[in-house]
Amino acid sequence: MNETYELRGGETHIEVHKFFPGAVVLVAAAALVFQAMAPVYFPKLSILDLPLLVTIYFGLSRRNPSTGLLLGMVIGLAQDALSGPTVPLGFYGIGKTVIGYLASSIGARLDTEHPAARFALIFSFFVVHQAVLVLVRRLLLAQPEAWFNLHLAIAAGVNALLGTVLFLGMDRLRRSS
Amino acid sequence: MVAIPSKHKSLTLLAGVLIAQLLLLAVQIKRDSRGRLIRVWAISAAYPFERSGAWGFGKVRGVWTHYFALLTTERENEALRIENDALKLTISQLQGRATEAERLGALLSFKQSHEKVPMVGGRVIAASAGTASRTIEIDRGEHDGIKRNMAVITPDGAVGKVIEVYGNTAQVLLLTDKEGGAGAMLLNTRTQGPVGGTGEPLMQMKYVATDEKVAVGEKIVTSGMDRIFPRDIPIGTVVEVKPGNPFKLIRVQPAAKLDRLETVIVLLTQEPVEFKSEAGQGEQTGAANAATPAAQNATPAAAEKP
Repeated sequence: MNETYELRGGETHIEVHKFFPGAVVLVAAAALVFQAMAPVYFPKLSILDLPLLVTIYFGLSRRNPSTGLLLGMVIGLAQDALSGPTVPLGFYGIGKTVIGYLASSIGARLDTEHPAARFALIFSFFVVHQAVLVLVRRLLLAQPEAWFNLHLAIAAGVNALLGTVLFLGMDRLRRSS
Repeated sequence: MVAIPSKHKSLTLLAGVLIAQLLLLAVQIKRDSRGRLIRVWAISAAYPFERSGAWGFGKVRGVWTHYFALLTTERENEALRIENDALKLTISQLQGRATEAERLGALLSFKQSHEKVPMVGGRVIAASAGTASRTIEIDRGEHDGIKRNMAVITPDGAVGKVIEVYGNTAQVLLLTDKEGGAGAMLLNTRTQGPVGGTGEPLMQMKYVATDEKVAVGEKIVTSGMDRIFPRDIPIGTVVEVKPGNPFKLIRVQPAAKLDRLETVIVLLTQEPVEFKSEAGQGEQTGAANAATPAAQNATPAAAEKP
């Protein structure tokens, strides 16, 4: 995890990034704490999903589906644990596991360094993440919830915008080759 | 162990992680009145196997029970057959008792409705051994106040008369015996003529002139002229009328079931007995009998052979 190397598949040339020791853990923990505390003081910040952004970022950067889905699972379960008794363990876990896997799978095939690509990917992943959550709510919890609406579209846009900016800052945590 | 290709390892891991979290969710989620989701899933997953297992087990057990485990079947069959026979016997006895109870009930009812008429009920304990005579033996005798030439009836009608009396039994000569009979008259026309036995199930009414109108189905009752039977006790019904010279040939079906008597009533007097089943004719009885006191004093022997 301390090296930067390249994946060469056919004509593609994709870089696999490594991060400073503890960077992943610290960033994930910070995102979780922020997600848990910020809405208490600023309710409108509940529109953000920083744990999801962290999952997407490290998934896209590490480009290893196994570690990506495991990281997503850990972050999701932690988010479940911090979300109170009304959210069962595994609710966000499943969603972020799927996103971790998809992000790292796509990151291994596409160059996701460009901000526009990142915006589009974050927006898409937010929608997929939301779809998984609605699926779980409907099928397992038997709770009716809208698949998509304007609020979610705005949330996807805001998260995509914020994620694009944050990703630029998080790029500094990468170890140079 | 089956080796998983490296390119599928992450996919396998994804599936495993998702399943693990789904199970985790299922353990926590509680559906209304259906328990935890994991339990619902477990039961739903096990149900087809349980059902098919139960079906298969039932089939196997059925095959075993019906085709192989027949060692005790013969014994069971025998026991059931014996039990069945015993039950049939019990049913037959119960039916007999029910019939007897019904008959005794009718007898009791008859006695109760004629409380003022001295009478005694008796059970038929024997019948004539041959076809030459038609007599029965009852379990009442001299000790019960029975004397010769007393009338014997059933609630249905006249039966015969007492011909022999012993201490505890008595013999009764039925109306159908060749020697039996009673003074009778047609119910509608009041035409009189003795009815006597022929040794056959049907009786014969004699001495009815050819010009008398007699219809099939007409009722015949006792006339009281024989000094044995009170007046207006049903004797039978006309079943056949043939012209004759100088008398008609009239065959009569007995009113009482003389071929299957089991209980009878012995009238200890010649007081009139009212048979309500005879459509109001009984009401005339008392007056009619009261009007013929001389007839009551006549000798009973007159009725032995009309």
